[in-house]
Amino acid sequence: MTVMVEIDQLSKSFGDFRAVDGISLTVSKGEVLGFLGPNGAGKTTTMRMVAGFLTPSGGTARVCGRDVVQDPTGVKSMLGYLPEGSPSYDDMTVSGFLKFIAEIRGYDGAERNARVENVVARLGLGDVVDRPIDILSKGYRRRVGLAQSILHDPPVLILDEPTDGLDPNQKHQVRSLIAEMAAEKAIIVSTHILEEVEAVCTRAVIISGGRVLADGTASQLRTRLPESHAICVVLPQAAAGAAASHFKALASVAAVFETPAENGNVKLRITPKGETALAAEISAAVRQEGIPAVEVYQDRSSLDDVFRLITTGAAPRAAA
Amino acid sequence: MRKIWIIAKRELAAYFATPVAFVFIAIFVGLTGAFAFYIGDFFDQNQASLQNFFSHHPWLYVLLVPAVAMRLWAEERKSGTIEQLLTLPVTTTQAVLGKFLAAWLFCGIALALTVPMWITVNVLGSPDNGVIVLSYIGSFIVAGAFLSIGICMSALTRNQIVAFILGAAVCFLFTMSGLDMVLNAFRGWAPEAVVDTIASFSFLTRFDGMTRGVVAARDFVFFFSLMAFWLFAAILAVDTRKGA
Repeated sequence: MTVMVEIDQLSKSFGDFRAVDGISLTVSKGEVLGFLGPNGAGKTTTMRMVAGFLTPSGGTARVCGRDVVQDPTGVKSMLGYLPEGSPSYDDMTVSGFLKFIAEIRGYDGAERNARVENVVARLGLGDVVDRPIDILSKGYRRRVGLAQSILHDPPVLILDEPTDGLDPNQKHQVRSLIAEMAAEKAIIVSTHILEEVEAVCTRAVIISGGRVLADGTASQLRTRLPESHAICVVLPQAAAGAAASHFKALASVAAVFETPAENGNVKLRITPKGETALAAEISAAVRQEGIPAVEVYQDRSSLDDVFRLITTGAAPRAAA
Repeated sequence: MRKIWIIAKRELAAYFATPVAFVFIAIFVGLTGAFAFYIGDFFDQNQASLQNFFSHHPWLYVLLVPAVAMRLWAEERKSGTIEQLLTLPVTTTQAVLGKFLAAWLFCGIALALTVPMWITVNVLGSPDNGVIVLSYIGSFIVAGAFLSIGICMSALTRNQIVAFILGAAVCFLFTMSGLDMVLNAFRGWAPEAVVDTIASFSFLTRFDGMTRGVVAARDFVFFFSLMAFWLFAAILAVDTRKGA
């Protein structure tokens, strides 16, 4: 895999405040990197530096081999960048704005019009091309921003919260677009919506306080939770007590937690000792003891919990 | 150069996207005429000359030019489009020059619409058209110098009103600095060289020469180096404050 983006010890201070504190990471062609972190973690500042908007206080970033400190214009020409909130010139029409972007990107005449038509079709902007941007809905405005970022078919895309504030259908559209382009580009997407990471990203980086705290695929991150292999059994209230004592008796079970579930049922959450896989043992016990289980499933701990654990240090659901 | 022109085209179109541009032009044309007729006693002079028409231009520019310049960067920062603009493959210098060029052309259009005054004096008498051409050029250059101040002030803030007030204040100082009212305040204590330096910054004195038909290279050098200075300051201001 070719490395397209190389962030090297990138730092940024605003006065005494260190917004980004030595971030290093690489993104290769074909990768969609989810850039996660709480608000104020330094995501936007990092992306702005890579996109050549802010000058780094230390370190640098290379995009397709070009250094953003030495050759910002070169980096900008290799990049498609969607700023947070996709600001665009409100008084211009959609086609006027996209034509302006195309001209700045060096396309003229027929080529310019062809590029604009291509992105207008690709993002479904056909109905609004002649409308001024300030009367468009949020979804359309975001699509104008995306259209602007992919107009020159850049090898690297940086999208700052591309689905923020969109309705579920629009989110789905944006994600399919990202997935569609993923194969031939390197894409960085910042978000704090974790389902998005599972939906579109091949890899996730969690940052907080300007530092990288975790880097890996969604499932790698999930294993960082202490209770990531828990099994849940849902069963009627009446049978709960007996079943719980059966499960506790098993050698590899660490603890059983009881929580109320729907329809008068009870959920038993069974955590293993160490990293043992409990599924087979639990389902055998259910069959042997004739426990009237309604559901038995592996509790895939959510990325939200991983996120909370990593960024605040709080162990999730410890009291559950 | 091409990128500067693309940005200038967009900016110029942005001026005319709202009726404000037309209101501005109407005010400029109306006021230059009114000043010439009422304050300058255009008819009572009994002269076929536009000197009384041009002599009020710097005063009008003090208020009108900062109004043209105030939105150039303040609005970009307020709406966040500065991030869009400066992540396109353009340099800050190209962006500043493009915006400056657009604003200057806009002032040029407003100035060009006062040509009926020129026609009027030609109908009424036989003025020195060479002096009038020189005065138009001079007026255009003075507008450019004020604009370079205005664009720098606009780059310092995200608030257009603040940009306007700062711009008008600095332009006012440059206009006033040749008047005895200002110079007398310094004459009592400052060395003569200082007083002369302050006087030499006056737009009024230099522009007055042009409206009388005096072509002095040093006046052009003065105005163009002033523009270069303020534009350079504007580029620095955009670069250092864009993320704030």
